[in-house]
Amino acid sequence: MELWFTENHTDDVRFSIKVKQQLYSKKSYYQQIDVFDSYEFGRFLSLDGFLMLTEKDEFIYHEMMVHVPMAVNPAVKNVLVIGAGDGGTIRELTRYPDIEHIDMVEIDEQVIAVCREFLPQTACRLDDARVTIHIEDGLKFVRKHEHAYDLILVDSTDPFGPGEGLFTKEFYGNCFQALTDNGMLVNQHESTYYQSYVDMVKRTHSRIGSAFPVTMVYQAHIPTYPSGHWLFGFASKNLHPIYDFMPEKWEALGLSTRYYNTELHRGCFALPNYVRDVLAQAD
Amino acid sequence: MSVCKAGDKIIMPRNVHRSAINALVVCGAVPVYLNPGIDKRLGIPLGMLYEDVEAAVLANPDAKAILVNNPTYYGICSDIVRLTKLAHEHNMFLLADEAHGTHFYFGEDLPVGAMRAGADFAAVSLHKTGGSLTQSSLLLCSERVNANYVRQVINLTQTTSGSYLLMSSLDLARRNLIRNGKEMFRKTIEYADYAREEINRAGGYYAFGRELINGRDIFAFDTTKLSVHTREMGLAGIEVYDILRDDYEIQIEFGDIGNILAIVSAGDRALEIERFLSALSEIKRLYAKSPVGLFDHEYINPQVERTPQEAFYAVKKSVSIAESVGGICGEFVMCYPPGIPILAPGERITAEIADYIAYCKEKGCFMTGTEDMNLENINILT
Repeated sequence: MELWFTENHTDDVRFSIKVKQQLYSKKSYYQQIDVFDSYEFGRFLSLDGFLMLTEKDEFIYHEMMVHVPMAVNPAVKNVLVIGAGDGGTIRELTRYPDIEHIDMVEIDEQVIAVCREFLPQTACRLDDARVTIHIEDGLKFVRKHEHAYDLILVDSTDPFGPGEGLFTKEFYGNCFQALTDNGMLVNQHESTYYQSYVDMVKRTHSRIGSAFPVTMVYQAHIPTYPSGHWLFGFASKNLHPIYDFMPEKWEALGLSTRYYNTELHRGCFALPNYVRDVLAQAD
Repeated sequence: MSVCKAGDKIIMPRNVHRSAINALVVCGAVPVYLNPGIDKRLGIPLGMLYEDVEAAVLANPDAKAILVNNPTYYGICSDIVRLTKLAHEHNMFLLADEAHGTHFYFGEDLPVGAMRAGADFAAVSLHKTGGSLTQSSLLLCSERVNANYVRQVINLTQTTSGSYLLMSSLDLARRNLIRNGKEMFRKTIEYADYAREEINRAGGYYAFGRELINGRDIFAFDTTKLSVHTREMGLAGIEVYDILRDDYEIQIEFGDIGNILAIVSAGDRALEIERFLSALSEIKRLYAKSPVGLFDHEYINPQVERTPQEAFYAVKKSVSIAESVGGICGEFVMCYPPGIPILAPGERITAEIADYIAYCKEKGCFMTGTEDMNLENINILT
């Protein structure tokens, strides 16, 4: 007997992973949470049937979400992370000794508990003394803060289900208000390869643009996400991801990474034409 | 119409819905308007003061009925229990406009439903907060009323081919309210209370609630109504309403000059409430200014010169708003929502009213009721 996990990337495209064993399956108040073990990708987490991360390729997503903004402003002290119940983003952030405090806001407590138990590879630093975990809706949390964070990372699920509020115009405006004068916002920005995602990418890009003067998009290659080509948004009050980039300072930290490097930092903002066209339509 | 004939008097607050005055146009009854108190800070009409109603009853012992909003659009209730007693002591009927009060009968910790207070009639728009299809609503009658006569009157104004779609929707909504109403409205109140608390904590706006209750013209407050005063941030309610709709894709119930009203219902989730609160916070950050120059009141005492029926059917001419000052109005002028008349047929047009109409138009309110859809001109009696 063979057991396969299948996610529909579109109505007509499927992505399947052969499963060794199902480790966890339960519905929380917000969503269906499953953890599987697989031959090719190691353990992986899915929420409502959508693959969130695998042990084999999660480093790409987490390194790109964290090191890109940190290399633009290595002096970041206070960070707000929204979502990220798996802990991967926190793991990368805690490698920076100069970061003083990290507020992590995850709406679903059960995701954190499940990841602590089954995905120690990502959840390993959730107990770092600088991390405060808030079980709360991100939209609600961020509204209450003003000039409090140097960096906000929106490590959300997709723009439907519990993550819906994190793709709204009011959310990005509230983030602007919560950031300090050098503040930056990085969000997972979906992908434009399949047509069904294109409208959301455009909408998200223009909503962020309505709140921030600097609005850029960068890319990474994540094999287990739809099309394997994934986008991130970089927005800020004044820092530019290339002109203000500090490669020497970042190199001096001596962090070893498997995907990110300072050459790739410059390159990842160079987007294919079909992506540029989509983003141009958003403005 | 079941209790008044042509020439009969009916005591009503001026902040009635136009449909109440429409009924007077049809049946020829004469309104005795009471000035609802006005909250100076919020600029909203209040409930009926018992003493005012009593004075009107004593001055008009031949009146046939008293009409009470239970509650007003803004959620304010009068002391309907005592008003009912007063009406009955003077051999009058007590009619309740419960268009916005369906939930009073099914939830807990809400103002008293009119029929429970002993009223003779209550018009309950089940479609507003009860979940039935738009256009469907109920008329509740007490045992003091001849139901067969009421049916004859209804047949004067309604089709004889009742809609089974609407009737079955009413029946399903009723069933749902009986089974789940308590829980639905508990959740609704919880959301609205939470939103009020958050809005008031953040400052700038004022989301008013039970603290307004004074036992007099604010006898009770319907906490499911999430009314937010916006004027102290230099924004008219209608401006906030437009920004919420156009920029944040949030449709609320209405915006008037100084307030917005969001109706929280059982269909809302925590996400909708959070989005509303976050958008309000953004609107404050981006648009707040000092409140100078904003109109600070909404109630203008009407001068009734003719009955609504006489004026409506009189010979009229169309003149510009400016030229109309001093004339007697032959039609309705309303700012919609809330659909409460600024002018009703038979009322004197004053300079103050003309200014107010111009201001509402400038702020982008949707004006209705006049023959001239753009409200450049108005019909006055010749």
